[in-house]
Amino acid sequence: MATETLETAAPPKVQIVERVVVRMAGDSGDGIQLTGNQFTTTAAVLGNDLATLPDFPAEIRAPAGTLPGVSGFQMSFSSFDIHTAGDSPDVLVAFNPAGLKTNIADLRRDGILICNEDAFNAKNLEKAGYKSNPLEDGSLEGYRTFAIPITELTRKALRHLKLGTRDTDRCKNFFVLGLLYHLYQRSDDITLRWIDKNLKKQELAEANRTALKAGRAYGEATEAFQSVYRVEAAPSPAGVYRNVMGNSALALGLVAASIRSGRPLYFSGYPITPASTVLHELARYKEYGIVTVQAEDEIAAIASCLGAAFGGALAVTSTSGPGLSLKSEALGLGLMTELPMILCDIQRAGPSTGMPTKVEQADLLQAMWGRHGESPLPIVASSSPGDCFDTAIEAARIALKYMVPVILLSDGYLANASEPWKLPDQKEIAQIATRLIEETSGGKFQPYERDPLTLSRPWAVPGMAGLEHRIGGLEKEDVTGDVCYDPDNHQKMTDLRQEKIRRIANDIPHLIVDGPTSGRLLVVGWGSTRGSIAGAVRRKRSEGKQVSWVHLRHMNPFPANFEEILRKFDRILIPELNMGQLEKLVRMEFLLEPVGYHKVQGKTFKTSEIADKIEELLEV
Amino acid sequence: MTVPTAVSETGAPAPLKAEDYRSDQEVRWCPGCGDYAILNAVAAIFPKLGLKKEDFVVISGIGCSSRFPYYMDTFGFHTIHGRAPAVATGLKASRPELHVWVITGDGDGLSIGGNHLIHAMRRNTDLKILLFNNRIYGLTKGQASPTSEVGKKTASSPMGTVERPFNPIALALASEATFVARSVDVYKDHLQETLLRAAQHRGSAFVEIYQNCNIFNDGTFNDITERDVREANNLTLRNGQPLLFGPKSARKGLRRREGDGRLEAVDLGNGVDESSLMKHDETAKDPGLAYALAHLEPPEYPAAIGVFRSIETPTFEDRIWDQIRAAKKSKPAADLASLLKRGDVWQVEEDGKILEIGG
Repeated sequence: MATETLETAAPPKVQIVERVVVRMAGDSGDGIQLTGNQFTTTAAVLGNDLATLPDFPAEIRAPAGTLPGVSGFQMSFSSFDIHTAGDSPDVLVAFNPAGLKTNIADLRRDGILICNEDAFNAKNLEKAGYKSNPLEDGSLEGYRTFAIPITELTRKALRHLKLGTRDTDRCKNFFVLGLLYHLYQRSDDITLRWIDKNLKKQELAEANRTALKAGRAYGEATEAFQSVYRVEAAPSPAGVYRNVMGNSALALGLVAASIRSGRPLYFSGYPITPASTVLHELARYKEYGIVTVQAEDEIAAIASCLGAAFGGALAVTSTSGPGLSLKSEALGLGLMTELPMILCDIQRAGPSTGMPTKVEQADLLQAMWGRHGESPLPIVASSSPGDCFDTAIEAARIALKYMVPVILLSDGYLANASEPWKLPDQKEIAQIATRLIEETSGGKFQPYERDPLTLSRPWAVPGMAGLEHRIGGLEKEDVTGDVCYDPDNHQKMTDLRQEKIRRIANDIPHLIVDGPTSGRLLVVGWGSTRGSIAGAVRRKRSEGKQVSWVHLRHMNPFPANFEEILRKFDRILIPELNMGQLEKLVRMEFLLEPVGYHKVQGKTFKTSEIADKIEELLEV
Repeated sequence: MTVPTAVSETGAPAPLKAEDYRSDQEVRWCPGCGDYAILNAVAAIFPKLGLKKEDFVVISGIGCSSRFPYYMDTFGFHTIHGRAPAVATGLKASRPELHVWVITGDGDGLSIGGNHLIHAMRRNTDLKILLFNNRIYGLTKGQASPTSEVGKKTASSPMGTVERPFNPIALALASEATFVARSVDVYKDHLQETLLRAAQHRGSAFVEIYQNCNIFNDGTFNDITERDVREANNLTLRNGQPLLFGPKSARKGLRRREGDGRLEAVDLGNGVDESSLMKHDETAKDPGLAYALAHLEPPEYPAAIGVFRSIETPTFEDRIWDQIRAAKKSKPAADLASLLKRGDVWQVEEDGKILEIGG
């Protein structure tokens, strides 16, 4: 398929398209995530709206060429406002047979399939479980297949640099990137700058630059790639933007909350997928006075947060489902001692180790009830990568105002997905009030004397003379905080702890219905399914269907007007990446009968899945 | 050392006393419990440290000993089983100027909280960790603990325990604690002296305190503490001094045995004098001798009490804050604006034009 007639290449025919979905798949070591991120940044800076979805295996380097070792990256970029990384790719780049096998089912009919022909050898075909070579046996009919000897072409382009084969072959992802840049009419600038900044070894930098150019040149010179595409910039509100992944936005939100509350940030976490990058990110912000501690275990991480909170810090830990289980006893101590802290649960597919790199929303009920005793806690959930920033600030606001641990639910999809994020105007980030006592008034200090409105207790930290007091897990006497076994007092304190959480409902924004405020069908979503639901609802409306939608940020307590909204619709659809957890809460709380739509496949909803479900419910 | 003062009713400054560190809460340990003596010793030394009362924080886990913070008029945190060192780590890392004391026991510190204890010592967090060792679970009514001797009959081991005990000093040494000491509840002066040394150490200071539980394990340290055996069975460690023990009439010492280099007890006199004995060096980088001393026990040897190890090295929180200071120095403009504008940033103008503004 390669052609040598470079000089005769005519200018390509440019076709304008509104949206393109590209997926790359290959070995974990093929540099898929890096290539994807480069393509994403370039698209973002060109003003496309975009969404990305990395999909990597739990193993860091599973045996090359095998199905479990396939790493994928999907990105969608468009000239209009999009919500997800797309249901089915328009372009699939398969670096090897395993990458083809695990992804070909998703490629849309007539889609572009680019395969590294060199990797389709007998050994790799066998590893991927192919009996015959799909590039030759006609099984790929219906796709626009380009079998390109990518390894060979990269080697040829880099031959003059005299690098080892291993280093040379590692440049083939940039060859592909160059080809894609040609295909979608992007400039090399951003990537060239990235190479300058990040590849310190001159030979490697030169090799990657060369591979990138070779990929583009190949596309320009190849007849099959003479039809190229352009995706115009998406109209977006004026402002400063950057591309952000969920866990990065979460970390930034925590730092912003620290600045706005005037409380130093203390963060402790134990490595766990997909939460570890929150720790990585915050460990890089030391100039903000942030103390980060990699704890010896999950329990130590949250326990140390309680110590830091006792000392007056904005204390935060992050984990995933198994870690939330381990931390539940300490959450009980946090709510008993009424100390402010945030626990970020970046949910993943469980139970147990489950599928650590895959998404699920199945910790909601654990967050609600996974503790001993009567132990209600506030819960907030992030719904997009950029929203992680806002939710972090909201979690801090509630924790510091109400003196309570707050659980923030994110998930593995949000953690690694990215989107262009309009930087918030600094003025929009409000000051966060705390219950810190800054001056002593004399007299005996009463650690459990509550604010009559919020029921929040004062925060007296060591170093303040005259405020010496003791707290602990034993039941407290109302007002004094002394150890107390009185039966009526335990009832009273339990009531107070519950009432404190209930009153938060008066202090959070009302839900706003997207669409008519009454009608036949309301979709109720929470968390990372926002993009899929938004897309589905818009699609159905564009077909003339009437459907409304609310998306929850506050999972406990619910916003004050939630019930009122729910009761104005004939039917309620609750799509969740679990077996119906919000659905159960809604049934229990409001005695309603919502329709649940459940998916636990380690993948988020396709827009079409939710759209079809909406259709189904509207037909009945 | 300056003596801290409090303002008395007449307005004249008065030095703080042990009573000033005692809270108004009624102490609820069993009458005769060794914990009373330890509480008195801690309250006695706090005023001697020349520190502000409001800067002390006492943190405990769960167990009889862990009720301790309620009885001290300082900031206090009675946490959950085994986690006190972790709670204390978070506090000390974020507030390095505070004086953080951890109170734990053999069950709390060595069983459920073993992981936190060893890591707190490994990091050299500046915590004073007092482990009350009574070789039994008291608050849960008499089960075998990780320091119970093999064969001990308890509620949970009616035919005798089948587990081998930890040696807390050896564990602390292996965890790279920079200060390791042992004392005994009833040795009032020695206990206070040891606690003072621990308080003055910068870094993780681990003090094992032999403590009698007169309800569930009465007399477990009698072979060390009883008057008639005390002189023979106690070796008080003194830095730079020869390892001597025993009554004046039958003075003994420890020396290296020829051949295998192991410690052996010898009678002084008959040509054996102090110069042939091992000298204690608590600052030794290699904790080998300290480790050997930790394992001595009657009847063959005396039990060693005192400071096994005391070395200086930067603390955990020193290193954390050194990094923060260095980061602040190299990036002085740490505000919200510079926080958000990281990575590739672009600007969308009112007319939709896109300007690339950084990267």
